[in-house]
Amino acid sequence: MTLLLNGAPQDIAAKTLAEALAELGYAGKIVATAVNGEFVPARKRTELKLNDGDRIEVVAPMQGG
Amino acid sequence: MASFYGFAPQNPLFLGTAQYPSPAILAEAVKRSGAEIVTVSLRREAAGGAEGQAFWTLIRELGVKVLPNTAGCHTVKEAVTTAQMAREVFGTDWIKLEVIGEDDTLQPDVIALVEAARILSDDGFKVFPYTTEDIVVGGRLLDAGCEVLMPWGAPIGSGRGLNNPYGLRTMRQHFPDIPLVVDAGIGLPSHAAQAMELGYDGILLNTAVAKAGDPAAMAEAFALAIRAGRLAFGAQPIEARDMAAPSTPVMGKAFLA
Repeated sequence: MTLLLNGAPQDIAAKTLAEALAELGYAGKIVATAVNGEFVPARKRTELKLNDGDRIEVVAPMQGG
Repeated sequence: MASFYGFAPQNPLFLGTAQYPSPAILAEAVKRSGAEIVTVSLRREAAGGAEGQAFWTLIRELGVKVLPNTAGCHTVKEAVTTAQMAREVFGTDWIKLEVIGEDDTLQPDVIALVEAARILSDDGFKVFPYTTEDIVVGGRLLDAGCEVLMPWGAPIGSGRGLNNPYGLRTMRQHFPDIPLVVDAGIGLPSHAAQAMELGYDGILLNTAVAKAGDPAAMAEAFALAIRAGRLAFGAQPIEARDMAAPSTPVMGKAFLA
């Protein structure tokens, strides 16, 4: 299916958010996730099923003021 | 010594971590400032990217408390979702809540701010709201669960200092027991000292240090100014007056005319 990963189209085979993160190379990284604008806690990633067209945001620590 | 949700830093400088020439200079500036709290943020991480991980390692090595922000958020929903993500990533329930209402001045949308503050406080967050010097809004933020208020000095990154010292003084007098931090618009150490002389409990700044020619030296200058201003407030400054008042006693002066 095709998702929007941080605003860019991305084809993936994964069925859940946890699988998608692993497939996309985020395994082991400190990131937070949201799907379609809703925060998805790390503990819920394995049960969150993805659908074609879902908007996934993956964010990490960054400098800020 | 003011306490921010139970944490009472010796040095009430909240230092931003953005815009430094290099990570090494950022680390040096934090150390030289003596800041015990730094602000951080969240941004999209590319698949395979390592920038965010490296930054987080650097901050953890500094051993300071982090205050994540919701910079760039324009709506309640965006700010709340960002705060939830920040809590998980940074492992803290502190959040510097910014809901921007206008892009030229980066003025907070205080109506959305109050709503977001209520949602987040109810969800267990310790909210540091970036607000204006409006005392009615300040009262609403306290009603919403905030225990700290952070009025702006001037628009973010402008370096103008305290645009409205009267308003800030009024806010201090109106909320004598609430920790107040001037957040944004500070350009010079003298601006920080002025805010502390008004009785403010802390200063949050970023650009004035990060964009200085020598950020580490400027960081130390701010630390000294904040200390001086706080000491001066505690020492009860004199009232200004229009006419001179001789400081050298006149009595006993030799008559030489």
